[in-house]
Amino acid sequence: MTRRLILLLPLIGFLVLSLFLYQGLSLNPFHRESALMARDFPEFNLPTLEDPERRVDRSLLQTGELTLVNVWGEWCPECKREMPQLLDLADRGIRMVGVNWKDTREKGLGFLEDFGNPFETNIFDPDNELGFELGVFGAPETFLVDRDGIIRYHHTGYISASDVREHILPEVQKWQ
Amino acid sequence: MQIQMIPEIGHFALVIALLFAIVQSVVPLAGAALRRPLWMAYARPMAAGQFLFVAIAYAALTASYMLDDFSVLNVANNSNSMLPWYYKFSAVWGNHEGSVLLWSMMLAGWGYFAVRYSRELPRDMVARVISVLGMVCVGFLLFILVTSNPFERLLPQMPQDGADLNPLLQDIGLIMHPPMLYMGYVGFSVVFAFAIAALLGGRLDAAWARWARPWTNLAWAFLTIGIALGSWWAYYELGWGGWWFWDPVENASLLPWLTGTALMHSLAVTEKRGSFKSWTLLLAITTFSLSLLGTFLVRSGVLTSVHAFANDPSRGFFILMLLGITVGLSLLVFALRAPRVSHKVGFGWLSRDAMLLINNIMLVILTVTVLLGTVYPLLLDALNLGKISVGPPYFNALFVPLTLLMCVFMGMGPISRWKDTSSKLLIQRLWLSAVVAVVLGMALPLIFAERWSAPVAIGIIAALWIVLPMLRDLYDKTRHASSVGAGLKKLSLAYWGMQLGHLGVAVTIIGVAVVSNYNIERNVRMSVGDSVSVAGYTFTMTELASRRGPNFLADRAVIEVQRDGRTRSFTMNPEKRLYIARGMPMTQVALRPGFFRDLYVAMGEDLGDNSWAMRVQYKPFVRWLWLGGLLMAAGGVLAVADKRYRRLATAPDPEEAAATSGAKPEGDRQEATA
Amino acid sequence: MAVIRLALIGILTLLMAGTLQAGAIEVREFDDPVMEQRYRSLTASLRCPTCENQAINDSDAPVSRDMRNHVYMMLMDGRADMEIRDFMVERFGNYVLYNPRLEGRTFLLWGLPAGLVLAGGVLVALVVRARRNASARELSAEERARLEALINRGRTE
Repeated sequence: MTRRLILLLPLIGFLVLSLFLYQGLSLNPFHRESALMARDFPEFNLPTLEDPERRVDRSLLQTGELTLVNVWGEWCPECKREMPQLLDLADRGIRMVGVNWKDTREKGLGFLEDFGNPFETNIFDPDNELGFELGVFGAPETFLVDRDGIIRYHHTGYISASDVREHILPEVQKWQ
Repeated sequence: MQIQMIPEIGHFALVIALLFAIVQSVVPLAGAALRRPLWMAYARPMAAGQFLFVAIAYAALTASYMLDDFSVLNVANNSNSMLPWYYKFSAVWGNHEGSVLLWSMMLAGWGYFAVRYSRELPRDMVARVISVLGMVCVGFLLFILVTSNPFERLLPQMPQDGADLNPLLQDIGLIMHPPMLYMGYVGFSVVFAFAIAALLGGRLDAAWARWARPWTNLAWAFLTIGIALGSWWAYYELGWGGWWFWDPVENASLLPWLTGTALMHSLAVTEKRGSFKSWTLLLAITTFSLSLLGTFLVRSGVLTSVHAFANDPSRGFFILMLLGITVGLSLLVFALRAPRVSHKVGFGWLSRDAMLLINNIMLVILTVTVLLGTVYPLLLDALNLGKISVGPPYFNALFVPLTLLMCVFMGMGPISRWKDTSSKLLIQRLWLSAVVAVVLGMALPLIFAERWSAPVAIGIIAALWIVLPMLRDLYDKTRHASSVGAGLKKLSLAYWGMQLGHLGVAVTIIGVAVVSNYNIERNVRMSVGDSVSVAGYTFTMTELASRRGPNFLADRAVIEVQRDGRTRSFTMNPEKRLYIARGMPMTQVALRPGFFRDLYVAMGEDLGDNSWAMRVQYKPFVRWLWLGGLLMAAGGVLAVADKRYRRLATAPDPEEAAATSGAKPEGDRQEATA
Repeated sequence: MAVIRLALIGILTLLMAGTLQAGAIEVREFDDPVMEQRYRSLTASLRCPTCENQAINDSDAPVSRDMRNHVYMMLMDGRADMEIRDFMVERFGNYVLYNPRLEGRTFLLWGLPAGLVLAGGVLVALVVRARRNASARELSAEERARLEALINRGRTE
């Protein structure tokens, strides 16, 4: 009897493995949660895109209002595609702050002219100072920062209309 | 006949092959169960027919490539009119669809030859073996026809030209690596089929082991060469001088190799002693299962890897089903029909039987370790425990000590005797080897290298511990003979196979130890006239130029190299290429190979004003890695080149009875074959 | 349709991955060979967040370059290896460590192989002992009598 059980072990082990492999098929290896979840928005000290004289730091995100921080660049095609969604979010009254990432001032400002500007302010980060602190490795990325300046949600990549409905708006509601 | 017809012929041939395979799976098996000789006789013609038609399909795909038929989607994605003809030929297997077709052709081929060279086997055994193989073929052919059809057309809007073969794949190493690997993976299907056939038919005597051995060793040898080629190719092609990264796809090839090694040894025990039957059956099933698992991992997108084919979850699902059914059913058959009462062949602590049991266990542990590390990120992710990475530091930390532990037993194994060995005998035979190994291991790095390294010393000790006892054994076997020559002649090929195989392991260990610890790398900025000195060699850039190749543009540096104290010098010509069709930049490494060291120069970035970042490496003993692999493969083949596998089997019963009783004197004689 | 999908996958892969080749051949000056060794070992054990499966010392991706720069600066600054690793993990997650940390969820990963070695040892001991006993076992009196009877019967037939 015990022998029979021992002989069944490889089969059982294989079935367990298969279960995980099956699960694995529906996972996306590239979707990673931000390492900054539930942590303070990182420190930084950078000029804005619109006004080189004006410098901003972390307090920009600690105004007591919920903010969506979007990392974008003129060179990024997905950023252009998601502008309608971002404008829509701004229209709904959500406070938006942009991070102009790895760009030149000209190109950044040009982008906003061409595609619209849903952002209250844009942080100018040409040398990946803030981006690195946020663990950004590709644009676009979007962070939801709650009223106390804590990062509560992170979206990698393009935000589609259904993403707005299914993920962004619910999260905004939750942390409002 | 128009060129455009060829893909359709290929497609049609696949369908016909599937039909053959279906008949092959069902009829002979039914014939064996119902004892109908006519049905069992279907085995051979069905296997032949299937092989023929899959081969036709493969030939059709190859023809489409060679004829630049860009109306075929597969050709358009992976080839280009400017591609040299030999790369067009190899591009067939440089992509998912074509490589699965190659898999299928090899599967059909191994099946055909297995039945062809099994005339002396009992008919019902052959029938079951072929049916099992047929079932696997059905799975793969369905996979191709349903999810991965290479003959999809781009009509009527066929493109002017193709997307070109990925430049990384435009290389001799890549031409040879997948076919060798697949021959190995697929080759294990034969012993797998033998095991299932033995379980189904209730023929669990030791005979099936004897029949399966040559096929197993041959498959293992191919896999060894395939893995070695892959490592060698990565080394000279990828530009960073590494030769193993524990990437999931690399691990996928290592897993069946590890259990395949255990299987090879276990088959020997089952054949000789009639014991370890369940182990051997399980290993046979596991090895082929790991081949299939490897296919799944590489093609499903479940794990991230630089090697992976363009990933598609629907394909992944199909392969997982294929895997699930094949492996699940096999393990179920194993659980239900494996011998419940093991043949109580006794053996002592230090007997060869015990050593080989330890060998089996150690290799299985190594396999579990590599498998665990490979799928662990997936496990955690599936359980929502976050995303982690498991890479070289982990694998090296575990694999190395486990291998060293195995080496301890590898030294003792070939000296030990079947059934039991007295500790006195072992000590007497081994003490000198132990002392010499330790002394040389500690001393050699001191003598030949600039600085002493403990890892290298340990590696040399381990390698010598494998080799020296074998030399002692040779001495013992030949000293009573009239002359050394006569003594050596008496030793069987199987014995030489074992020696060679283990020597290969020792050589590889030395290669790994030395190149990992004494490797020297310098990244420097160089313009024309600059020099850098590495390990006693002076590298001087004498020229920077551009040239044009068949499908690329290149910047090339001419580096003159001179060894300290010598007057003659030689040149090395690294290049940085831009492949036009894909716009992909590639580094063409300049290599100066040697038995004791490689010199390695790669161009990095153009730093402007005619200077480049260059990487210069001195890599001692790196060739020993792959030389060891070759020796292992040769040893594996030699072990079954023994003429007893070539002569027709005599009446099975008396031989089996003698083998399984364990009392046969042959088992204890000094000239015991491996 | 399949073409478009394949093309998208291809583009995505190209965009997200660094090239496979050693783009990271950079010239960095180190006065101290120990520090150089630390740099090498750190950049070999930190994973590029965007690539398929490459360490930052090997990848061409911009984020890898930034990470390498940070590693270099922190080394120059006198920070310890552990600090540098923690720094990267704070920003990019545990994903960037090729050497997984020993914590609750990796207990099985680090512990199973050692556990198996122990279990293997026990298994060998049990098997050898069982088999030695089996073949050495003496026949009992009853079994001896049965054997005699069988042999005699064989002789008379």
